[in-house]
Amino acid sequence: MTTHSIRVTLPYHLQTLAKTGAEILLPVDSPVTQNAVLEALETAYPMLRGTIRDHVTKARRPLLRYFVCSQDISHEASNTPLPDAVLSGAEPFIIWGAIAGG
Amino acid sequence: MSGVRVLVGTAKGAFVLTSDGKRDKWSVEGPLFAGWTVYHMKGSPVDPDRIYASQSSDWFGQVIQRSSDGGKTWEQPGGESDKLDKDKAAGASNKFVYEGDVGTHKWYDGTPHPWEFKRIWHLEPSLSDVDVVYAGAEDAALFRSSDGALSWQELPGLRAQRGSEWQPGAGGLGLHTILLDPKNANRIYVAISAAGAFRSDDSGLTWKPINRGLRSRYIPDPEAEIGHCVHRLALHPSRPDVVYMQLHWNVMRTDNAGELWTNISGDLPTDFGFPIEVHPREPDTVYVVPIKSDSEHYVPEGRLRVYRSRVGGGEWQPLTNGLPQENCYVNVLRDAMATDLLDESGIYFGTTGGQVYVSPDGGDHWQAIVRDLPRVLSVEVQTLQ
Repeated sequence: MTTHSIRVTLPYHLQTLAKTGAEILLPVDSPVTQNAVLEALETAYPMLRGTIRDHVTKARRPLLRYFVCSQDISHEASNTPLPDAVLSGAEPFIIWGAIAGG
Repeated sequence: MSGVRVLVGTAKGAFVLTSDGKRDKWSVEGPLFAGWTVYHMKGSPVDPDRIYASQSSDWFGQVIQRSSDGGKTWEQPGGESDKLDKDKAAGASNKFVYEGDVGTHKWYDGTPHPWEFKRIWHLEPSLSDVDVVYAGAEDAALFRSSDGALSWQELPGLRAQRGSEWQPGAGGLGLHTILLDPKNANRIYVAISAAGAFRSDDSGLTWKPINRGLRSRYIPDPEAEIGHCVHRLALHPSRPDVVYMQLHWNVMRTDNAGELWTNISGDLPTDFGFPIEVHPREPDTVYVVPIKSDSEHYVPEGRLRVYRSRVGGGEWQPLTNGLPQENCYVNVLRDAMATDLLDESGIYFGTTGGQVYVSPDGGDHWQAIVRDLPRVLSVEVQTLQ
């Protein structure tokens, strides 16, 4: 099994909860999927549980989006492998709050 | 030296206002949880250093914060797994899961709508155990934690009271008021917009609607057992069977723990409003802040007036000294009025315009502590010895 260092970018409100900067580095075992990254994130930072995905259903909160390599993958299956550029660290996995008012 | 700590929840963060017993000079700390909506913060009556806060966001959902040092530092209970006992679930302080078959309540158009957790409106710490705290949720339900907010369990007997027929008001189907009876540890009152008031006499296991005597023109049967848009309840600890209510329209009172309510609106200029509060040392002295109507949520005539009754309602006196009496169009929300326990009793309220006012003499004179906070959602006061 290969472990990758995945760059994860958090929105400001979650940075304040997790007491991190904008980007964190997470070890994630292959296969690296959207779900695997989020599981690793919530294991390393339990204070983020329930703020990105529902505690029980694991459904993405409606006003959040996941971006990788300039693509919105929010609606892709959560077990879809992420692109090589994310695995190599060339591109981050971005969690973003949707623009939805002031 | 005695003093007060005022916990202010706003639409964009929380603020802590502190003063000595004179209450004329204040320090202001904040914003805490900047950018988040803070519906409510409240300290434990057992240990004033223990404070619970409800932090939420349409984007990121619900977060519970807890302080063990009077608000200097905060943590999400169980948020840092290395600080947690192995038998405790990490990251569960914001896990509010309805018990059993979730079911439906009525939507705005009368159709069935699945129960969905949105946020915690109100936190009520136990009167006797620092680690026990109750949480009032939208969609309406009552949750209880016995481990300092590490985890929560619903008290589902409440929704068994015809919950499928409950319907939200414009602001949502929220459980906003939780009163713990200081003389009867088994008795809890709650109020829900727009389902009504309910009482439990067995620590939250079973409940009964307590809405007899209410009359609401906006529901098909104005005297229905449930469906009333109760805005707030208040009681005095020395006389907990006497409960005051700000209904949607009408100010009400019961002398028998909710078995029957009577109208005490009396000579108020309008009986629509949100907060109601009882003087901490005078059980017959009650405060309300009337606003113009259900269609115009601001004070009448551009004048901010608190009304005080010294006889348990019916006869009301406007209190205006120090409050703006022209061009004022704010509201005072249901959880945004509180009192302290100093010898000369202080009354406090916050407005939708961001002002927090204090009267250090029971309402005779008012001064603004701060004027330009975000929209104030809640005000609680801790009296410190």
